[in-house]
Amino acid sequence: MKNENKIKSVSYAKWGYIFILPFFLSYAIFSLIPLADTIRNSFYEYYAFGLKTVGPNWTGLSNYTSLLSSDLPKYAWNTFVMWILGFVPQIVISLILASWFTDARLKLRGKQFFKVVIYLPNLIMASAFAMLFFALFSNAGPVNSILLRMGVVGEAIRFMESTLGARTLVGLMNFLMWFGNTTIMLMAAIMGINPSIFEAAELDGCTHTQKFFKITLPQIKPLLTYTLITSLIGGLQMFDVPQILTGGKGAPDRTTMTLIMYLNKHLQAKNYGIAGALSVFLFIISAILCWFVFKMNTDSDPDGSKSAAKRAKKGGKA
Amino acid sequence: MTKKRILSLALASVMALGLLSGCGSSPGGSDVAPGVEGKILNIYVWNEEFQGKFNENYPEVDRLSDDKSVAYLKDGTEVHWIINPTQDGVYQQKLDEALLKQNRVSADERVDMFLVEADYALKYIDPEADVAMPISQLGITETDIANQYQYTLEAMTTPDGEIRGLSYQATPGMLVYRRSIAKAVLGSDDPDTVAAAVADWDKFYETAEQMKAAGYYMYSGRSDTYRVYSNNVSSPWVENDKTVVVDPNMMNWVERSMEDTLEGINHKVPGQWTDEWNKDMGPDSKVFCFFLPAWGLDVCIAPNVKDTAASQDWAACPSPQSFFWGGTWLVAAQGTDNPEHVKDIMLKMTADRDILRTLAVNYGEMSNDQPLMEELAQSPDFGIELLGGQNYLGVLSEVAANIDLSNISSYDQGCVEEFQNTFGDYFNGVITLDKAKNNFEMSITERYPWLVGGGVIWP
Amino acid sequence: MDNKKSSARTILAHVVLIILAFLCLFFFYILIINATRSHAQLQLGFSALPGSSLIDNFKSVINDPAIPILKGIQNSLLVSGCCAAIVTYFSALTAYGIYAYDFKLKRAAFTFIMAILVMPTQVTALGFLRLITGMGLDDSLLPLIIPSIASPAVFYFMHSYMQSSLPKELIEAARIDGSREFGTFNRIVLPIMKPAIAVQAIFTFVGSWNNYFIPALVITSKHKQTLPIMIATLRGADYMNFDMGKIYMMITIAIVPIIIIYLLLSKFIVEGVTLGGVKE
Repeated sequence: MKNENKIKSVSYAKWGYIFILPFFLSYAIFSLIPLADTIRNSFYEYYAFGLKTVGPNWTGLSNYTSLLSSDLPKYAWNTFVMWILGFVPQIVISLILASWFTDARLKLRGKQFFKVVIYLPNLIMASAFAMLFFALFSNAGPVNSILLRMGVVGEAIRFMESTLGARTLVGLMNFLMWFGNTTIMLMAAIMGINPSIFEAAELDGCTHTQKFFKITLPQIKPLLTYTLITSLIGGLQMFDVPQILTGGKGAPDRTTMTLIMYLNKHLQAKNYGIAGALSVFLFIISAILCWFVFKMNTDSDPDGSKSAAKRAKKGGKA
Repeated sequence: MTKKRILSLALASVMALGLLSGCGSSPGGSDVAPGVEGKILNIYVWNEEFQGKFNENYPEVDRLSDDKSVAYLKDGTEVHWIINPTQDGVYQQKLDEALLKQNRVSADERVDMFLVEADYALKYIDPEADVAMPISQLGITETDIANQYQYTLEAMTTPDGEIRGLSYQATPGMLVYRRSIAKAVLGSDDPDTVAAAVADWDKFYETAEQMKAAGYYMYSGRSDTYRVYSNNVSSPWVENDKTVVVDPNMMNWVERSMEDTLEGINHKVPGQWTDEWNKDMGPDSKVFCFFLPAWGLDVCIAPNVKDTAASQDWAACPSPQSFFWGGTWLVAAQGTDNPEHVKDIMLKMTADRDILRTLAVNYGEMSNDQPLMEELAQSPDFGIELLGGQNYLGVLSEVAANIDLSNISSYDQGCVEEFQNTFGDYFNGVITLDKAKNNFEMSITERYPWLVGGGVIWP
Repeated sequence: MDNKKSSARTILAHVVLIILAFLCLFFFYILIINATRSHAQLQLGFSALPGSSLIDNFKSVINDPAIPILKGIQNSLLVSGCCAAIVTYFSALTAYGIYAYDFKLKRAAFTFIMAILVMPTQVTALGFLRLITGMGLDDSLLPLIIPSIASPAVFYFMHSYMQSSLPKELIEAARIDGSREFGTFNRIVLPIMKPAIAVQAIFTFVGSWNNYFIPALVITSKHKQTLPIMIATLRGADYMNFDMGKIYMMITIAIVPIIIIYLLLSKFIVEGVTLGGVKE
């Protein structure tokens, strides 16, 4: 056995390098070199002055200090709040829907229809969706027109002029765009659980709730982690929806200004120094996030559920 | 099995798309010899206004492409329009990118002409930036433009004594009001009666109270009165490219707008060029008046009342305080390969009396020909349908003669946008006045990083 | 008793689903209705019934040279299609390289990818822009496609999928049958990975279709713009506001192609994802 392994590694190792080469080459060129350049720029005063350019002049850490004295932490908080506003309902609803859709005992009519419908918003381009919401929820838009006519409100609701309103709209859009996607992902995971586990549980007289918390949840934990990861990536990068909804202003009072919107502001103004320093801050936040995710992934099987699922699957197949 | 088929179908369609999309033609062409005009004329604009006027009035236009994006001149030259929105500096950004590439691209891709507004004109006509060609270099003489309003020339005159842009319009402002509401509240829709009712700010606010009592709004939102205040300032926005100086009159605007918003004098519309603002001009609106220059009649009001009961429900009278708004100048780009065409377009569109007359008659434009405008102001035949046949030029001539652009700066667009944005939150009751001031200071240095050191001086 | 309880659950499930479906469809219903109404009609407030200006609005959108939307659709389809193909193929390739072979840097390579798993591309946007400008690739669609060869998240998905669904014995068997390494990957591994590839192709396509941040910074000329950039122009361009019918129509046009593709493939998309975890 040992001998065979050794032969394998000797004869095929180069193929491993060849197969992973495109990935690493592309990453080095399009991410690592730009990262180094971004960090370098962050130490310079370097911006477009009308049609002229100022710099690059070495300024050390002054870009960093001026950023820290601005509202940077506020934008980080905004980003987080709006992510939570979308993510919490998204994961809760998706878990419920996924367990319903996969419950053979639940006689759901039009299951296919619902699945198709809830996934639909995910396909809508975020910028078009935000533009649509901007038109629909504007002070003189159709939503206010409907509410006024139904007598629900006496005066038009100025959704986008209050912090709560604007953030809720962003959260609502994020929720609508992603809950169908998450539902389908979770369904795939639940379907992957060996049915015999459920059968055994039912024989033991487990209730739906018990089955959900004792079997489904632990079994799909790897995929829940995956969902959390992708959602976190999305959350940190939140840009299109608030950018277009507020026209890049993060109104009101920049309470919907996300980190990337702020970066975009400086990139558009061609302020390379500040944009560089901001990128480095973002890089640090991302690196911290990466570390958590890395820990979670490499330690994602503390209770053995993943390998249990794998074993179950293998067993099922055999 | 089905899955397999569908997947290959999907792949096939992706490949088909690749084939379809792969056939863009690459821009060819080499630099032309001097004296020979290029085949393509690129004009940068921020909306379709001038393009429309050009297509319909420039005599050399032979035909248009199907989507109207290209005009073919009689000599075969193609006029290409590159449109980018003004807002958030997008137009300037795209124009800057193109101008900075001017020497690196083929002749056909170069910018030949671009349009500028008063709010940022100085940035482009700056002799040091060297992107705008003096009109003398094109061969345009002072006699060619003798009839133009003096201020439109002074605004484009740089310290070296050269003029670097010409305009086809004068943009004095007026108060455009709804006849039906004037009748209902003031008892008459006659421009003289209304003019008396808004003769100064005190009278204006007396009338506003009457409007409010009758269930109407005096005006739409704070942005409407903005220009009336910002044109009556005592110094430019930025001193020595370093310090932002907020004029006391801007703070008057802030104070007055807040009051009007709280009192329900205005309709709380957060900005111009929005759907809400357009609705306020529409047939169902309860908003009495708008502060607009002549171009606003055709550009702003007309599209919102076309074919409705309000299509002639308008009239104009002098604003309580005089102001101007906008103004579009044609600028020849340094490095153009079509100087003769550019010269001809500039002359025809800004100094040809017949064309200027057509612009005034057909578009309600106040054309850049002072004697002609004074003649039309007296003419009983000249009236605008939108204004129920009123000849509004009389209202404007005096204002036009007194327009003073000495306080404009290249920072105006940024300051105008950021000032209105940051104080908008204050008017909406989201933040305090001090917070709004802080936000303005922050926004302005984000937009113009070199102003960081100079700070902002408040009155 | 059990029966009663389960019928209560069924009713609850239906109510929740109907509410959610309403929420998903309602906004698009307004969108479609408004796209059929003229600007003047829209100014009068919302109406539940369609108007008669569908064709007019459509024509005015198609004929607007300021926003060449057909070109935008073409550009978007090209970029998204290529991205979907490249991302899935190269991610599977990379995952396979690490999953199937033993080599010295295997552990390091895997750890590296896991470490950069959630690193947003925006972080390096500044350097990226300067790089592609230096390469003469600014204002080109290529920089929107090529870098997607390295997609750590998709790699992770593929790798996890391989762990659960690709027995190494199969690779061994292929080798014994005389299959070459690339041949094994293309002919044996890829078909097994099909459910995972399909899922990721769809998500990548959608992600790329939606992508706005980087394209908006890279693309400067009008005829190379992708759809999201054009849609974003609507928000900021004053000249667009005079015809709300046109705006609604433009949003409609921006989302219709993808909805058609979705409806054609919806069974495959939804079922494909669900079937992904279960082996035949």
